[in-house]
Amino acid sequence: MRFILMMHAPRAGWTTAGIGTWPPDDIKAHINFMKRFAVELKDAGELVGAEGLAGPEDARIVRAGKGGAPEVTDGPFAEAKEFLAGYWIVDVEARERAYEIAARASAAPGKGGVPLNMPIEVREVMSAPSSEL
Amino acid sequence: MTRLDSGGEHLLRELAPRVLGAVVRRFGDFAAAEDAVQEALLAAALQWPSEGVPDNPRGWLIHVASRRMTDHLRAELARRRREAIVVMQATGDDHIVPAPDGGAPGEQEDTLILLFMCCHPALTRPSAIALTLRAVGGLTTAEIANAYLVPEATMAQRISRAKQRIKTSGVAFQMPSDRERPERLDAVLHILYLIFNEGYASSVGESLQRSDLANEAIRLTRAVHRLLPDGGEVAGLLALMLLTDARRAARTGPDGELIPLDQQNRTLWDRAAIDEGVALITATLSRGSIGVYQLQAAIAALHDEASRTEDTDWPQILALYGLLKRMSDNPMVALNHAIAAAMVNGPAAGLKLLDALDADPRIAGHYRLAAVRAHLFELAGDREAAIVHYQSAAARTASVPERNYLTTRAARLSVSSP
Repeated sequence: MRFILMMHAPRAGWTTAGIGTWPPDDIKAHINFMKRFAVELKDAGELVGAEGLAGPEDARIVRAGKGGAPEVTDGPFAEAKEFLAGYWIVDVEARERAYEIAARASAAPGKGGVPLNMPIEVREVMSAPSSEL
Repeated sequence: MTRLDSGGEHLLRELAPRVLGAVVRRFGDFAAAEDAVQEALLAAALQWPSEGVPDNPRGWLIHVASRRMTDHLRAELARRRREAIVVMQATGDDHIVPAPDGGAPGEQEDTLILLFMCCHPALTRPSAIALTLRAVGGLTTAEIANAYLVPEATMAQRISRAKQRIKTSGVAFQMPSDRERPERLDAVLHILYLIFNEGYASSVGESLQRSDLANEAIRLTRAVHRLLPDGGEVAGLLALMLLTDARRAARTGPDGELIPLDQQNRTLWDRAAIDEGVALITATLSRGSIGVYQLQAAIAALHDEASRTEDTDWPQILALYGLLKRMSDNPMVALNHAIAAAMVNGPAAGLKLLDALDADPRIAGHYRLAAVRAHLFELAGDREAAIVHYQSAAARTASVPERNYLTTRAARLSVSSP
């Protein structure tokens, strides 16, 4: 079963308390954790893919305008309380294992090494029917 | 560079487990032997197209794999020396296991022993599947990764972990004892069933590669059936695969959309596969001791033998699902039993059986329960309820073609509503 684990970061306070405002060592610890975590998932034979996304400052919302031309506005949606910071796609034996992995990701170290306990949205990736008896 | 033709590729896959069996017998160390055989298969795929297939392809592969093994053991020995933990046995006594005296079991039997190893209950299902396809099926890691839509590096890790697990669990390269054997055979059949299912269920649209998995599962199950011709469940599983796979061409439309059984163009069904499956299941059913695969194959045969939907022998299918339900506590079986009951005794009877399933946490809230309920409401002429349940099923399925089918079904009913 394949799942996408989406890491959401709070929109509020992003510029005043986000990762960019942490002491360099804390940022380093966070990045190292993420790197080790990806290697760990690969070694477990479960990693399909993982990416971190650039900050929301660069995000744009695009809609098709007249004649299909791109109509670009600043994003993410202003009313959103959170934004997508990165994701993992894993291929695991059972849903419970995806939850375990999500919990590990959620506890990534933040400022002062304190676990962030970020919300991780877990969604099954659409695939073929499994008509297992 | 010329590529090996499909005949050559088939030969390599057929030989893979027999070569591996011989190398493991000679050297022990399953994990290293498996790598060595993969290298030999690769060497064959590169060399045979230009140099021709050798007179004794199996001997050629064993020779190349053994040379790799010797290199590996030498390197291993040197490493141990360097680590200064050389004990006398490190000359390889624990690696090189001579063939047992008094008539070594045939190479054919090795295929079976390998299957028992690769499908060992100590492995997770994804690991067992991957290892079976590589060690017994002779597929490359890249091919398996492609079929299961994961990166090659991830699949390589999965396989190496599986081998590690076999090592630490002390699973030996030998036939399971008579006492263990039925349970271990069940595990093998289950893994083959899962491989088939992955290939069959997903053989739609662009994922043609994945349908190879169904062929691969049939090929491996055929091999097991050849080795255990009296195994009723082995024959049952092979028949089930053939009878199911026979409908492959008819189960999807030109755009990959799912076509349910009752609307399939039955002239597209594979007659030869049906005949083979029916012959297999007929022969095995007359021999007594019936299992779940045989019952499912018998049901599939009844569907396949009806040249028109309305000729389907539903009373007999209902009776078989009744038997199956008593034999296995599986909610999917209960679901199919309810469908058969509806076809024989009317939709109300089926819906009543479904109500009992709402209390089963394994299936309550599952899209398939909602889909069947929608279907039976539709049969009963209750469009409103059918639409609600089709939509609820569509929202819950993790399958794209299935979601499209369920959404379309709901939409069609909405349009035709008075």
